[in-house]
This record gives sequence, structure tokens and C-alpha cells, in this order.
Amino acid sequence: MIRFEKVFKRYPGEGSDAVRDLNFEIQAGTICMLVGPSGCGKTTTMKMINKLIEPTSGAIWIGGRNIDTVDTIELRLSIGYIIQDTGLFPHMTVGENIAVVPGELGWKKDRVNARIEELLELVDLNPKTFRNKRPHELSGGQKQRVGVARALAADPPIMLMDEPFGALDPITRAKMQDEFLSIQDKIRKTIVFVTHDIEEAIKMGDSIAVLKGGQIVQLASPMEILANPNDPFVSELIGGRNSLKMLNLMRCGQIMKPLPAGKTEAEPKGLAGAKQGVLGLRATAQDALAEMLRTGERFTYVQDAGGEVVGLVDFEDLLQRASRHGVV
Amino acid sequence: MNFFEFLLSRWSTILSLTLEHLYIVFVAMVVSIALGVVVGILITRNRFAARVVLNLTNILMTIPSLALFSLLIPILGIGKVPAIVGLVAYTQLPIVRNVYTGIMTINPAILEAARGMGLTEKKILRSIKIPLALPAMMSGIRTATVMGIGIGAIAGYIGAGGLGVYIFQGISRSSDQMIIVGAAIISLISILTDQVLGRVQRKLNR
Amino acid sequence: MASFSALVKVLLLGAVGVLLCVWVVENPQDSLVSRLVTYDKVWVLLLQHLYLVAASALLAVVTAVPLGVALTRPAWKAWAPRVLAVVNVGQTVPSLAVVALTVGVLGVGSKTAIVALWIYSLLPILSNTLVGFQELDPAITEAARGMGMKPRRVLFRVELPLAAPLILAGIRTAVTITIGSAILAAFVGGGGMGNLIIAGNNISRWQVLVLGATLPVLMALVADIAFERLETKASR
Repeated sequence: MIRFEKVFKRYPGEGSDAVRDLNFEIQAGTICMLVGPSGCGKTTTMKMINKLIEPTSGAIWIGGRNIDTVDTIELRLSIGYIIQDTGLFPHMTVGENIAVVPGELGWKKDRVNARIEELLELVDLNPKTFRNKRPHELSGGQKQRVGVARALAADPPIMLMDEPFGALDPITRAKMQDEFLSIQDKIRKTIVFVTHDIEEAIKMGDSIAVLKGGQIVQLASPMEILANPNDPFVSELIGGRNSLKMLNLMRCGQIMKPLPAGKTEAEPKGLAGAKQGVLGLRATAQDALAEMLRTGERFTYVQDAGGEVVGLVDFEDLLQRASRHGVV
Repeated sequence: MNFFEFLLSRWSTILSLTLEHLYIVFVAMVVSIALGVVVGILITRNRFAARVVLNLTNILMTIPSLALFSLLIPILGIGKVPAIVGLVAYTQLPIVRNVYTGIMTINPAILEAARGMGLTEKKILRSIKIPLALPAMMSGIRTATVMGIGIGAIAGYIGAGGLGVYIFQGISRSSDQMIIVGAAIISLISILTDQVLGRVQRKLNR
Repeated sequence: MASFSALVKVLLLGAVGVLLCVWVVENPQDSLVSRLVTYDKVWVLLLQHLYLVAASALLAVVTAVPLGVALTRPAWKAWAPRVLAVVNVGQTVPSLAVVALTVGVLGVGSKTAIVALWIYSLLPILSNTLVGFQELDPAITEAARGMGMKPRRVLFRVELPLAAPLILAGIRTAVTITIGSAILAAFVGGGGMGNLIIAGNNISRWQVLVLGATLPVLMALVADIAFERLETKASR
């Protein structure tokens, strides 16, 4: 869907490249996390996709078209854009903010109105209450929801998100991450997501590109990054030899053994009285271990969002995964 | 007569008018700064007084200077006295307001620390509030002084002397040279004063 | 409620002006005053004064705001600091000097007065426009561009509305100052309330003086209140 081909960027008057020789591809309908310390080039990489920054050389392709050949305005209207403080326009109401892109596209008033209601409901804000509020009347989390709604307004296939949850407190942040993932389950956009937080990257990403000094040092799935960091920098980022931190990065949904279909119904229900806890797909391996310690059992069940038990995490497996990363 | 001949032939008049102008503004500013700083400090102790005084000086500012001077004539007559009184009244707002906000915006934690250490209110004012508010005060004094130089020119109309006299006479005798010389010197003094006081202000800021 | 109290204030100030005028005309000190001050004459001078202020302020707005906008566009941006420096120096030049220098160039007449007042009120509007645009949160304009708004739309829908309160504050300063400075127009044949002050001084009649000095003050206060209302509206 989005492909970088030998992309370089050097800012005028600087001695070195901001990004160097980027070659990678992002699959349609997935979230690609760009992660790394500040100054690593992750934001530059993202802003080249909507031409806020022009690459010095190389090409970026979206859906088979070189973006150089696409009109800048047309390109940007087809890409949702969310930044850290959301960039909501303080002089417009929530509804007017959401209506900006549809307005640029010349939508009819009725259609815009219907869309505003639909989107506010999607991000779990009551349209009646929030539509006519101004950004300064909203909490941090609410602003972020409006930011998401605004970016989705014209149903763009691609969204760029630059540290969207960076300014939120940890609890609101986790909640927004969960909500955004469940929205993504419905809308299936191609998302480029910039963050400096590896935990966020592992939680949210289908793939993760770790950047350092303007280059991608590893591009892989979260599990692969955790299991086989290919660079000391990546190991350092994911906590290196700290196995407890590692456990905190693994999700039950990623490491569980799926229960054979059909048996899922019978087995756990038979165990209904047992002491085993049941965890969600997004609970961490650390939660699973804590659950095992609490119950004294060597495994714990995992259930999906609908409350149906879909797999289990067992202790031997956990031990193996953790030790692979070099527990002392 | 060209410009330089004009300057040469009148230089002693021009010089004495310039000195007179500087003298009026200087006296007015000494009084104005002393009064403004004291008032500015006093009103930090009472919210109500602060509101009244700041509003009053604000209204004073909107009064056109020529109108203010003219209103002073029936009371104080003409000459240097009403000119200086007018200048003092006029330049109060920037000084009072900056002294007040300079002190009020000091981080309360600093004042609390000072009180906790056992400093008296007098000592706090002298060794903490005033030094910390100094850059803001200086900026107010700078604005006020530059204003004073300009308004001092208008005071020439009520018989205070100074370079304004040259401009008003030039206009009534339709002598472009008098007008331009008067205006140019006043502008020059204003710009120079602004630059010098700006430099002082930046030093204090450091 | 706020607009109500503003209206009351304006009406009160207007009433003071009317009463003062009636008092001077009906109870003149002597025959000199009664010949000099009539309702017609005061009315004409008032209109002249308003005309001077309105014409110069309007000229200043239509020149300073576009200039300020141009100086914040990418092509001209590099010039902004230099222009701002010149403007700041210009603002320290006293109003009387500006009027005098304009006379030196254009001679006397109401055009001279308008040009001088225009130059003088140009500066606060221009500097406020520049600062208003420069102080915009770059993240917001970038968000607007990133969403695909055309540069013109970003300017009119995002930048201008957000900079409006500061631009208005500049216009407010300019207009209040101009109402006062317009008195000086009388010296260069521009008419206005300054005529009353000059006449009052020439014949030493304090009634005339008080009337000529008070009416501009009332006008300045009314303008100040009106703009304050506008500003609170714009910043909401």
C-alpha cells in the first residue's frame, strides 16, 4: 500500500541525512509503528508521506502511484492526519473541526451532518453533547477522540498519527489505545503511527520499524522484534536482559496456544468452578504469570472480546520465551 | 537658504530649545518614576485599590495629550508647570502597570520561601520583590520616557518651550525648514532614548 | 449582559458630550463664545474629526493587514524581522513629528492630516498583524495543511480567524491614538475638534477649551469600549 524506495532526506544546512536509504513497505489495512528516540527520523519519515516534507531523493508509492505525480492537496485530502495535541482548530466547534475535510471536498450539508454524527458515535462521544463544544471545553482524551474523528471524516484509506496519545496521562492513554484498536478492527485503515514508546509500539503495531540515526535498524512484527532483536540498539530498547520488562511487552493474544476449534466450548466451561483466571487477549504475559502465581496452576485461559475462551498460556512456554532472551 | 545654512545660522536657538526640551522631560520623568514606582508597589497590597488605580491611569491614557494640556491651562495657567504636571499624569500608566504586574507575577513559591526563612515584609520588598520586578519596571520606564519626549513636543503649544515651539512656529509661519528640523531632532531623541533604555533593559533581563 | 453595560456606558458618555455642548451654547461666558460655539459649528467640527479618523484608520487597515499577511507568507517571510524592526523604531517617533514631517512634504490641508494619521496608525496595526500570525501555534497550521487545505483556505479559515483578536487590538490602539492625534490636524488646516482648542486658546475662553478638549476624550472612550466588545466577540 505504502512503499518507500531509496528515500533520503537531508535538511538544508545540515551535515548529515535526517533519514537515509529507507526501503520498506506497509501492507494495506495494517498498523505500522515507527519507533525510536527523538531525532531518529521517525516524524520526518511520516511527514514525507503527506508531502509536508519533500524527500531529497527516492520515491514514495501509495497504491501503485508515485506521490510525486499526485496533486499535493488531493493527496492530503485522502490521508487522515493526527498529531500530538491533535491540532484541533480552537476557533471552531467540534462539529466544524470534523467538517473541514468534507467541506474541502465539497460535500453537501446533509451528508456532512450525518457524517459528523456517525463519527462522534464511532469515537464514543455523544453527538448532542459534544457537537457544538469548543476544543478548550474538552478533556485531553476527548480532544484525542475528536482528533481521530476529524481524521476519519472523509473515510481516507490511510491515516498518519504522530504521537497521538503522547500528551495523555497513562490511564487515559491505555484506554485510548484500546479504543483505537477496536475502532481499527472495524475500519481497517492503513496506519502509520509514530511513537517513542516501545510498549505502545508493541501493543498497537502489526509491524514495527525501529529507527536510529535516520535508518531502519529492524522492521518486523512485534513478536519477532521481541524474540529476535537483530541489533544491540533494539535489545536495549525492548529492555535487553530485563526479562520482567520483556514479559510486560508480550500480549496473551500473541503468545497463547489456540484451543482446538470445537473444544473451546466444552473444556473451559467444564472448568467453570476451577480456580484458573481468564485473561483478555491484550493482557500481558506478566499478567498471565501473576495469574498463575495467584492460582497455583501452570496455565491460564485467554478469552476474546466476546468473552469466549479461545486459548491458553502455559507456564513452560512462558519460561521458554522469557529465557530465550537471556535471563541470567 | 538651504538646509545646512539654516542649521548653521540658527544653531544656538536650536540647541537651547533641545536642552529645554530635555530638561522638561527629565524633570517630569524623575517625578513620574518616583510616583509611579511608589504607587505601583502600594497597590500590590490591595486588589481593589489596584483595580481603581489601573483603570484611572488607563482612562488618563486615552485623553489626547493636547486636550489634557489645554484642560490644565484654566487651572495652572501656561508655562512649564502645567507641562510637567501633564507629562507626569500621562506617563503614569506604563510605569504603574509594569511595577504592579512585575511584582504580582513573581513566583509565589519564592515569596513563601523568603517568608519561611524569616525575612520581614520590608526586607522581602527590598531584596526580593524589587530586584525581581526590575526588568518589568525598566520596560515600563522605557515606554514612559519615549512617550514623554513626544508629548513634551506638544507641550510647546502651552508655552512650555522645547522643540515643539519650533514646530508650531514653523507651521504658523509656514517655514518647512523649522518644521522639519524640530520634527527630526525630536524623532532622533526618541529613537536614541528608546535604543539606549532598551539596552539597559536587556542587561537587566540577563 | 456585557453588551448591555457597554451600551449603557456609551450612552452615558454620549449624554455627557451632548450636555456639555448644550451648556456651553446656552450659557456662554460672553458674546465671543456665543458667536464661536453654535450647534451647527460643533456638529461640523465633530463630523470633520470623525472623517479624519475614519478615513485614516480605514486606509491603515486596508494597507497594514494585507502587508502583514504578505510578510508572513513563505516568499516574504525573510523580510518580516527587518520590517518589524523598522516599524518598532517608527513607533517611537512622536505623533507631532509625523504630522510636522508630512507637512514638510505635502504642505498643509486635510489630505496632509489624513496621510500623517494614516502613517501613524499603520504601525500598530502592522506590528500586531505580524505578531498575531507569528504567534500562531505552528502545529495548528501544519495540521491544516496536512489535512489538505489549500494555502488560501488555511489563511482565511484558520490563520486569519486565530490572529483576529490581536489584529483587532492593533486597530483599537490605532483608532484611539488617532482620535487624539487628529486634534493636531487643526494646526495643518485639517479641521476637527482641534479648531475649538486653538480658538479657545487664542481668545482665552476656557469654556471653548473645555468643550474642544472633552469631546475627543469622550470619542476615544466610546471607541475603546466598542473595540473591547468586538475583541471579546472575536476571541470567543
